[in-house]
Amino acid sequence: MNLPSRPRRRLLHAAALSPLLSLAAPVAAAPRDDRMVRVIGPWELSSLDPLRNGYLFSRMQVTETLVDYDAGGRAVPGLAQHWRLSPDQLQWSFTLRDGARFHDGAPVRPADVAAALTRARHAAGVLGVAPIAAIATDAHGVRIRLTRPFAPLPALLSHSSTQVLAPASFAPDGNVRAIIGSGPYRIVDLEPPQRFTIAAFDGWQGPRPAIRRASYLSVGRAEMRALMAEGGQAELAFGLDPGSVARLARGTAVRVHTVTMPRTTTLKLDAAHPSLRDPAVRRALSLALDRRGIATAILRDPSLAAGQLFPPVLAGWHDAGLAPLAWDPSAARALLAAAGWQPGRDGVLQRGDARFALTLRTFPDRPELPVIATAIQEQWRQVGIAVRVAIGNSGDIPLGHRDGSLEIGLMSRNYGVVPDAYGTVAQDFAGNGGEGGDWGPMHWSSPDVAQALAALPATVDADAARRLRQTVAATLQQALPLIPVVWYRQTLAASPHLHGVSIDPFERTYRLTDLEWAR
Amino acid sequence: MNDRSLPLAASAPGHDAPAPAHRTLPLAARIVAQRGTQALVVAVLVSTLAFVMMRLLPGDMAYRIAAGRYGPDMVTTAAAEAVRAELGLALPWTDALRQWWGHLLHGNLGVSAVTGAPVVDEITHQLGHTLQLALAALAVSCAIAVPLGFAAGLRAGGLADRGTLVASVLLRAMPPFVLGIVLVSVLSIQWNLVPAGGHDAHGTLLLPALTLGLGLSATAMRVARHAMAAVGAAPYFQFARTKGLDDTQALLRHGVRNAAIPLVAYLGVQLVYLVEGVVVIETLFAWPGIGHALVHAIFGRDVPMIQGTAIVMGLLFVALNALVDLACAAIDPRVRIARGRTC
Repeated sequence: MNLPSRPRRRLLHAAALSPLLSLAAPVAAAPRDDRMVRVIGPWELSSLDPLRNGYLFSRMQVTETLVDYDAGGRAVPGLAQHWRLSPDQLQWSFTLRDGARFHDGAPVRPADVAAALTRARHAAGVLGVAPIAAIATDAHGVRIRLTRPFAPLPALLSHSSTQVLAPASFAPDGNVRAIIGSGPYRIVDLEPPQRFTIAAFDGWQGPRPAIRRASYLSVGRAEMRALMAEGGQAELAFGLDPGSVARLARGTAVRVHTVTMPRTTTLKLDAAHPSLRDPAVRRALSLALDRRGIATAILRDPSLAAGQLFPPVLAGWHDAGLAPLAWDPSAARALLAAAGWQPGRDGVLQRGDARFALTLRTFPDRPELPVIATAIQEQWRQVGIAVRVAIGNSGDIPLGHRDGSLEIGLMSRNYGVVPDAYGTVAQDFAGNGGEGGDWGPMHWSSPDVAQALAALPATVDADAARRLRQTVAATLQQALPLIPVVWYRQTLAASPHLHGVSIDPFERTYRLTDLEWAR
Repeated sequence: MNDRSLPLAASAPGHDAPAPAHRTLPLAARIVAQRGTQALVVAVLVSTLAFVMMRLLPGDMAYRIAAGRYGPDMVTTAAAEAVRAELGLALPWTDALRQWWGHLLHGNLGVSAVTGAPVVDEITHQLGHTLQLALAALAVSCAIAVPLGFAAGLRAGGLADRGTLVASVLLRAMPPFVLGIVLVSVLSIQWNLVPAGGHDAHGTLLLPALTLGLGLSATAMRVARHAMAAVGAAPYFQFARTKGLDDTQALLRHGVRNAAIPLVAYLGVQLVYLVEGVVVIETLFAWPGIGHALVHAIFGRDVPMIQGTAIVMGLLFVALNALVDLACAAIDPRVRIARGRTC
């Protein structure tokens, strides 16, 4: 028998066993006052760029924007300690906070802010919707000159794409290579695409935060986030699936927080399509939808059925006086019959040679969208409309809008990208010459909506502004260029050891500075 | 026949001596040279194929990249056009392919279209995590499959054999996603023994490795059982028993090594599968591996990242095959002799 030599055999044994050693590692415990708040969510840190995944740094309060918003939805000082608008409403002057410093010790200069705002005027940022003529600096801050009055500017300046980074954050080629902000927390460790850790910044001018250390980890599966929160592996777990929310709510391991978000799942219809041109047909499509059934079965919360496009959290835009969109399949059938659609041999409606068959495109970025799409497919089948569901990429919706190939798209639209929904609403309903933006209606326009949206930015009187917003909401409810399906809810599983937990419906911040450990 | 008979057979008359040039090269070097050439061919073929396939996919690349970069809330036609201009996506595909080959010749895999980071850095980071997980899973698989499979093989048709068959079928039939959730619920939530997911705390490797390892051990157990059953029935093993060796001696001296040969070859195949196909487990346990990254890259049409990953995986495939060859040569002297003669 030709046995291997002893050293060789030892080597083989060691090689065979080595992976096992890495499995056995002790779980370390941190001292009580230095505990880390571990945040987990579905968002990946695939890029440091403020335009891409930079929102994670503003949510974790590492970076600041000029304007901040409090829990009541009011604009409050951020990096700018105050601002004022010129009498002609064309110039905004923002004065920076005295003594504000970046985490590397460098002072925050007006030029750094101007550079950040200039970078943010990219097609993928929100600042593009503002009619900015020029951004200039003075000794104490920045001045933004507009071509026409634009009241929602402060809201746009609270968006994460406008976050201000220190000059040392940038590589010579202009790309972001490090995150050096001016917020209450500084970066300790960056491990893209999944994780980063932060610690309280000693040079912070505000109140000393009780939470001294925190981390963010991207966890793709909602079920796993719920299990990690339940197992004490995360103090704050955002974005839970409805099944896990129901389970966690029954136990005591975590506290479940929920808040309705300014996000609506809607159907975008090509209003020039021969089958969809008639407003009565669009109304029939809406009447055929059992929104409450979808909200109950898929989202496990009947109150999320969308009675109108703007959810209640969008104060000013949501109009409680509007009659909610109802479910009435018989009325839907009657409207379709009145429009000339008669059931064919296979049960699908026909008008002359035309069959009422459409393709509905959606995308899986939000896991509930494909499920809702198939529910809609079945509900419309019951009134005689054949729908083919095509699941692709979120980019297919704006692409289909632009090349005219989109018939129906199921999408989730966030009207709360910034705390003032005006920018998004204007982009969607007044964009593209009033014909509808990429995520707005398609081949549909309304002079009432266009006039109201044109007048809003210059309207200072609150009542007059509210009336204009109500005009928009009522017209959309009447004409249904977009058919709202369900609203959206953000969920958070929080450790019972933390006090002061709340959710920002505009997803600007995780409010770490409000938290403290329970005694 | 035992191992000693092989060197004698090799030097017996009637067999041609190996060519002098080959004699100077050790077997390991020859295996490496052969696989190195293969690696080069694989790199060129895989990178070109990946490029062509990405071009043939339906949909507009600029919109997909914009969606990947800025998220579904911020993707618009304006953003897509900015991406098209920035990345030169309007370039004819022949020019783009020439450009890509040129970069490849310089060892430059480019930068990710979505993240903007160099592809090499991204892949290094992810590959490290994937290899760590794959090796740990393989260790779990071996720790379960080898003893149980050998025990079943030695008494083929016995209770252990039937029991492990049932266990194999059950493990094989359970989707890894379900197995993972079950393990987390029991080990992490009920008994609070190990962390559930992530890769930031100690012990987080345990559950994904166990989930993968259990699934792999199902088949490995059967392979080990068949290999050992064949060895157990072989005349040389019977002879070892006849000449007076007890069960353990016969097994250690004549059984394990012979049964290890098909098993090592099979484990090599498993390792390749692990490196490439653990995306479900990586996503479930938030493990930053290469499979997860590749799926995201395909969704976001991140061509440099897909091409880079495809090349690295192709090369890894060749490297693992080379390692299996070397391991088989180390275990089995017949391979050394046979290849010494024919290579």
